[in-house]
This record gives sequence, C-alpha cells and structure tokens, in this order.
Amino acid sequence: MAGRHTWAMVSSAMTDLAGSPASDALPAGLRRVAIDPLSRVEGHGKVTLLVDEHNRVQQARLHIVEFRGFEKFIEGRPYWEVPVMVQRLCGICPVSHHLAASKALDHVVGAVPVTRSATLLRRLMHYGQVLQSHATHFFHLASPDLLFGFDAEASRRNIMAVAETSPDIARRGVLLRKFGQEVIRATAGKRVHGTGSVPGGMNRHLSREDRALLHEGLPAMIDWAEEAVDLVARLHAEQPGLYTRFASFRSNLLSLVGVDGSLELYDGVIRARDAAGCILLDGVSDQACLELLEEEVKPWTYLKFPYLKSLGPEQGWYRVGPLARIQNCDFIGSPRAEARRQAFLALGQGEPVHASLAYHWARMIELLHCLEMIATLLADPALLAGDLMAGGERQRAGTGVIEAPRGTLIHHYEVGDDDLVTRCNLIVSTTHNNRAMNEAVCAVAREYLDGQTLTDGLLNYIEVAIRAYDPCLSCATHALGRMPLELTLIGPAGAVLDRLRRSAEGRIERPGTALELERAR
Amino acid sequence: MSSADAADVFHLDGHDVPFVTGETVLAATSRAGRYIPHLCWHPEFAPHGSCRVCTVRVGARLVPACTLPATTGLVVESDTDELLHLRKRLLQLLFVEGNHFCPSCEKSGDCQLQATAYAMGMTGPHFEEFYPARPVDASHPEILLDLNRCILCSLCVRASREVDGKSVFALGGHGIDTHLLIDSPSGRLVDTDFAPTDRAASICPVGVILPKRRGFAVPIGERRFDRQPISATEEGDP
Repeated sequence: MAGRHTWAMVSSAMTDLAGSPASDALPAGLRRVAIDPLSRVEGHGKVTLLVDEHNRVQQARLHIVEFRGFEKFIEGRPYWEVPVMVQRLCGICPVSHHLAASKALDHVVGAVPVTRSATLLRRLMHYGQVLQSHATHFFHLASPDLLFGFDAEASRRNIMAVAETSPDIARRGVLLRKFGQEVIRATAGKRVHGTGSVPGGMNRHLSREDRALLHEGLPAMIDWAEEAVDLVARLHAEQPGLYTRFASFRSNLLSLVGVDGSLELYDGVIRARDAAGCILLDGVSDQACLELLEEEVKPWTYLKFPYLKSLGPEQGWYRVGPLARIQNCDFIGSPRAEARRQAFLALGQGEPVHASLAYHWARMIELLHCLEMIATLLADPALLAGDLMAGGERQRAGTGVIEAPRGTLIHHYEVGDDDLVTRCNLIVSTTHNNRAMNEAVCAVAREYLDGQTLTDGLLNYIEVAIRAYDPCLSCATHALGRMPLELTLIGPAGAVLDRLRRSAEGRIERPGTALELERAR
Repeated sequence: MSSADAADVFHLDGHDVPFVTGETVLAATSRAGRYIPHLCWHPEFAPHGSCRVCTVRVGARLVPACTLPATTGLVVESDTDELLHLRKRLLQLLFVEGNHFCPSCEKSGDCQLQATAYAMGMTGPHFEEFYPARPVDASHPEILLDLNRCILCSLCVRASREVDGKSVFALGGHGIDTHLLIDSPSGRLVDTDFAPTDRAASICPVGVILPKRRGFAVPIGERRFDRQPISATEEGDP
C-alpha cells in the first residue's frame, strides 16, 4: 500500500515454525543476518533460516524486494495516463494492472458500468492475460520441477530439457502462451503494454481478421489445456504423499467471485472462506474492499502484511490466486473447467485443498476456463461493433479490483478537481501471499532441512515451494529456474554456519566457510 | 525539378530543389516534398533557428536550413552520416534535458520529437538524464500543460503572439535555465485568457500543451507517425 517510501522497499516476512509470526526482537541465542536487498522486484529473493543448538530450524524468513515507486510516480499525473503508465509496473501481467486501473478510473469518470462492448473486450483481454501468464508459469517455469523431480540435476531443470524429453509438452506450452499473447494484441494493440483500455471504456474493437485468427486456433488450444490439467492431476495421483504434504498448511482463502458465486476473474464481489471452507465474508463490493483489509507493519520491513480486519493479523491472513479462487467459488461457468474442478475438489475430502503444489493444478483448471471463455466471447458480435465509451458524473475516487493471474489485485486512486491523481494505492497479489509463502518456506525447511548441511537440493525444494505461488518475485523464477536465491544457516550463537547462493546465471556457490565468514564479520 | 528554371534551383543532396525569392532552404525543401529534420520550424511561422536539428552543410559551414536563404546554385548537404550523427546528438540532448517517458506519454505516436528520433536512428539517450523537476500545470479546466516535455521550440510563444494576439507564453531565463513562462500574475494557465481554440493550443510538436481527458482515445499504432515515418508525413500539425 502507499507509504512514505518511494524507492525500493524490502518485502520481508518472518514466521516462526510454530506457525505464528515471530516477534520482531530475535529470540535469545538466535541471530538474524540481513543482506541488503537489491533494488529490483523480480529476480532477487533471500531466505534466512535461524537454527538452535540442535540444528533445528526455529525461524525462517523470506525476503523479497518489491519496487513500489509507482504509487509515487503516479501522484501528480493526469488520471487518463494512469492505465498506460501503471502497467509498466510489470512485464508479466501488465494487462491486469492496465484493467485494474481502468476499472478504478471508470468510477472517477462516472462510467459504471462501461458499455457492453467495452466490458466484453476487456474480459477477452484479461482471459488472454491469465492464459498466457499461467501457460508461461506452468510450462516454462514449473514443469521441469514437476516432470524431472525436485532433486533433478540443476542443468535439467529448464524448459530446454523439457523440450528434449517431452517435446509435445514444451511445444504446447509455447503455443498456449503465444495464443494468450495474440488475444492481448488483438484487444490491447500490443502483446505487452498495450493501450486498449481507457477510463470509461475501450478505444478499439476487435477486428474481424483477428477474430477469425483466434477462432481458428481455439480447438487445439482447448484440447491442450485439458491435457495440461490431466497432466497435473496425474502427477498428483502418482505421488500423492509428496503433492499433498509438500509445503502444505491451512489458511483462509480470498478472491473475487461472481454475484452468482461463479469463478470470476474480471469483476465481482469479495468472498473469503476459512481453512475449513466456511464462508467468512461474501458479497462485499469491490468499492468496499479496502475497508475489509488492514495491514500489519513490521519495523524491519517496508512491506506490510494484509489481513482481514475482522479477524486480526494472526487469524486473518489468507491466500489468494488460483488455489483460492477455484475453491472460493461455487462453480465455474464453463463446463470442461467445472468438471475438472469437481475432480480437484475430491482431493480435499470435504475441506479445501491446502497443498501448495495444488496451485499448479488449480492454475491449469483456470487456463482451461480462460480458453472456454475466449471461445464463448469470440461468438459475440458486440466485440466487433457497438459503443465503446461511457461517462457520467465525475467522482473524486475509485477502486478497481481484478483477479490477476497470481491473485487479487487492488488499485485505488483519488483524483483532484484539476484531473491530477492525488493518491495512488496498490495492493498486489504477491503482497497478499507474502505470509503464505513464508509458511511454505517454513514447512519445507522443517521437513527437509532438519539440521542437515545445506545442499543444492534443499535450495531447490525451497524454490519449488515459493514458485508454486508464482509470486511477482517471479520474474526471477521466470528466468528459467535461475532465481537468484541465497540461503543462510545460522547457529545458535549467531555464527553463520553455512551459506549457499544461486546466481542469476544459475551457478551454485558457497561464498565462504563458517570460519571465513566469521573472519569476514 | 528538371524543368525548372536554373535560376530558381538549389541542390540538396544531388537533387534540384526549386525555390521562390525570399524562401529559406528548409521552406523550399518542405514545399518540394523532401525532408530535412526539424523541430522548431513550422511552415506557418517565421523561422526561429533555435533547435539546430535542421543543420545542413554548405561548403565548410554548418548552418540551420530554416534560416538559410535559398540561392541559385547553392549546394546543400543534408542526408550525410556526419549530419545524421550531429542531429542524433542534439535530439539526445533534448531528451535528457527534459523528462520524456514515451511509454506512458499520451503524445506518443503523434510526437515530432519521438518521430524525429526514430528517423535519426536514436536508440538510447547516450547522455546521463538530468531528470529536472518541472511542474505540471493542470489549473486550466480544458488544457493540461506538462512542462516536463518542453523542448523550448517557442512555437506556442509565436502562435499565441502572432495568431492569437495574446502572448500567453514566453521564454524566460538563459542558457540551460531557459524555460517556458506563462504570462499571468500567478504563473498559472488558468489565470490567462488562453482558450482551447487558440492556435497555440494545437501547435506544440511534443506533449506539453494537450487537451484534457483525451489521453489514449486514439490507440497507439493508429497515430500520425505510427502510420508512416515523419520523413513521409505531410508538413503541419499532428
């Protein structure tokens, strides 16, 4: 959320292994080593583990660097510039920011609702965005772990190795992503950072040529998406223990749902469930969503921790994204995806599925849903013609909530009478999942580290857990399994016992022995 | 034009360019449908000679084509590696002296500075950016004034004075501190008699003087310089 800091901010979460956030003061006998974060969002993560005298992990922290300067850049800019400017925040899901900003500013220009044509075009654009992001994540980034095993040789954990051993899977991944990019181009004007959506509507229709092009490619894409869901389901079936247990923990779930309870990615109402699947809140207008949330502040990090105000920070944190969405909704409005959702839900035996690796399964169900919805939308003539812009009484503020590929994305703007933005507040998906990713790291550390010497395998297990959330540290994970990551093992006396570093080039380095590190300190 | 009277022709990069008495090299070149890069020159106004982007070589001299009188038999070089390089450097200086963020600028695709930079093959700023602190004047209900993008071409100054008869704008300061002034006690546009229908409201070659709430109504990709390069675009306002 908007803060006083305008430059790179540390996103750092700290959770102890008992499941509750550790106090800000370090426990006696343990020591935390902080490494200054680099100034870019994507590409840099750090995990710090604190161990006791028995080499048992007592505390784990995931540090992410988030660049939040956009909230400041945008202040003082004319509101009509914002949907184009703010999407530069991300190269992975710019459409989500483009549309969240547009939705917020629709309220400012009094265009609620926007025209039917504009709504359908924006929906089409967003399905393309979620499709391409999910395809990129699953096929290019996650599939090497899932197909070759977490312990596979590092040189094999990349899409090129997938292309060698499973060329059909790799090829389909590339083409599914390409199809999503084409949907974005056809609606936004460019594959990345387009300008189709504006406050109050859209500035372009879909051309007949593009509709024909997309329509032609759809049948194969839908088939491949179904097979991708089946592939993940098969992986779960082959190793149920691993897939169910790995980085599994209970949490609340939060997302948009349609007013009819359906899966909703573009526009809807807020719903949250508890870990048992009971409704915590429902039907909350997106304009009121900021009233639901509070953010915890830690003295050692700029990034705040969102939680449901009604439950407080200890009970109110939640997960967002595909795993939350497909279990938060009552049904998916597209038949093939709904059928596979039912199969997925059976895994939970009446309760929500909480396994982190189940994110992949849920993500592929959403990918299939996106394609089914694209097929439905392409048949609608309102994409080709009809009013694109709406307007009404000018307002001073607006909130836009959208389900970005990684989870709930909130944009809020206040605009002065002179048309300049006076306040910008962004809560991005990765922030919502910050606590959850720390829980995942803790769970993996507890199960697989257990006082052992740090190994490359452990490093990758932690990376696999983080990657399941497809966080927007994800441009790191989006570097073909070469997320720069540093793992530090600290003894009870504060000595750095061991340290491993994975460079951006994929090299695994042990920067120094305990003695050398001690001397250096 | 080969059929033209030899007395009315000068030579530009090996081509004959006809002119009438009193015409400058740039005006005659533009009228003949040829392109010499320029920013502060506009066919409706007297030359200002300040941006130097239209610099051409005549013998041993480098001179701005917008102020160079056309004379019979004059041999002018414009499309040379030397001059392309010089113009690119001038453009890069203009970019780093202001705050030009094309990716989110609503003038992108209609911007003469951007289009000229493309034409000159500019791919980066070369120099370190100044990142000057410049104000946005949004006080006028219909017009936004974003001084971050001002290249001091003075076209708005001339248009306001010569066409609108208002003198809303002026250039103040000296050297690197030169800046655009608004002629009102508060220094704000709302306190002038500026109107959206003024010639000065539509003359800006970059994104300083813009109608409010238009933004990205015209999609990127369908704008003036998206359709064809500036060298092939008819002279005049976007």
